[in-house]
Amino acid sequence: MTGYYLILAVVILAMAFHGLMVRANLLRKLMALNIFTSAVFLFLVTLARMAEPLDPIPHAMVLTGIVVTVSTTAVGLALLVRLYRRSGSLTLDSSNDD
Amino acid sequence: MAVFDLILGLLLVILVRKCLSITDMFGAVISFMAFGLLMAVAWVRLEAPDIALAEAAIGSGLTGALLFSTLGRLPHSETRQPLVPRGSGSGPGYWLVTGFWWAAAMVLIATFVFSFQELQTPGLGGPLQERLAESGVLNPVTAVLLNFRSLDTLMEIAVLLAAVVVAWSMGYVDWPARQTIPSPLLPGVVRLLTPVFLLVAFSLLWRGSHAPGGAFPGGAVLAASGILLLLSGMTVQISPRGMSWLRWVLSAGLLVFVLAGVSLMAAGFGFLVYPEQWAGNLILLIEASAGVSIGAMLLALYVGGEPDMAPSQPNNPVSRPQ
Repeated sequence: MTGYYLILAVVILAMAFHGLMVRANLLRKLMALNIFTSAVFLFLVTLARMAEPLDPIPHAMVLTGIVVTVSTTAVGLALLVRLYRRSGSLTLDSSNDD
Repeated sequence: MAVFDLILGLLLVILVRKCLSITDMFGAVISFMAFGLLMAVAWVRLEAPDIALAEAAIGSGLTGALLFSTLGRLPHSETRQPLVPRGSGSGPGYWLVTGFWWAAAMVLIATFVFSFQELQTPGLGGPLQERLAESGVLNPVTAVLLNFRSLDTLMEIAVLLAAVVVAWSMGYVDWPARQTIPSPLLPGVVRLLTPVFLLVAFSLLWRGSHAPGGAFPGGAVLAASGILLLLSGMTVQISPRGMSWLRWVLSAGLLVFVLAGVSLMAAGFGFLVYPEQWAGNLILLIEASAGVSIGAMLLALYVGGEPDMAPSQPNNPVSRPQ
């Protein structure tokens, strides 16, 4: 079962990385970043589950990571709103600069 | 139970796909929140109830609220955007790079399948169990977070506070915020739910010492009740004096943590090295102040800017043309 979750983590990681690179909309990039970190957490926790006995240290690391992720997202969203008010666009397209 | 995991994984993949490729931004955020909730189920399957609580409360709930409040601040036209503007995202170059990346990912997956079957994962579960009695708490995750690796948690609270400082530096928000209340049901339900939210938050805080829970889920539930109150049209007038108090509440978690560390140092134990007989009480003190602070900080992040003290000004400083 744990092998299955490792593969799932890698699949979600690949999809999220694809979204992070390809999507132009910054809001969607932020969502992709969140999914990306979730996939990393899934990988860590699955490794913790494989250890005998269950290893709680990755759990603590992931808890820290979740809070850091929400901080990153909040700062990203604040910057995004600020960017939109200045440039009227949600993308980092260089042709919009004047 | 293998079928359950299979369906769960399939749903997760479908939701990620929907979140990243649906044109409607609103639908994408909904998919993102559903993804977070299903991840919480996955954490329970992987025997990580602490993470399940944090993911459901912070990862899915609060991040979703943050995304929605941002969507609400953008004009309606921005919520339906074409995924790939002006013909980028097609053509041979795009497919070459994408194909290369996906092929690399598949090779990675194959490597995992073959190598992780025989990989030894000793982990630190054994040594932790042996020394759990010294930590002053019974929940191993809380022991790691607030005793053995408390410096990490201190830094984590500092990161959260830094995020609040950055978000507030971006400008002011109108305060009290004017909300359009969609239904009279909302204030009524919120009035019933708020005491329950407070009870759950403090119970999570208290449980943290011996069971899954702790400052982070507790603080998140506290913030969620605050967000619901704001959404149901509750307005609070913040006086300048109240504002300075608010700043103290926001930084209380970090201050108490650092003060505890420094006073332990002065007593000759070293920074955040708890003497065994006080460990339980010290952890409870730090966790209680951190929980309240985390709730306030998450709520401040949701508000998204420093509450404006002078609502009489016609021009919001944020929207001033540069």
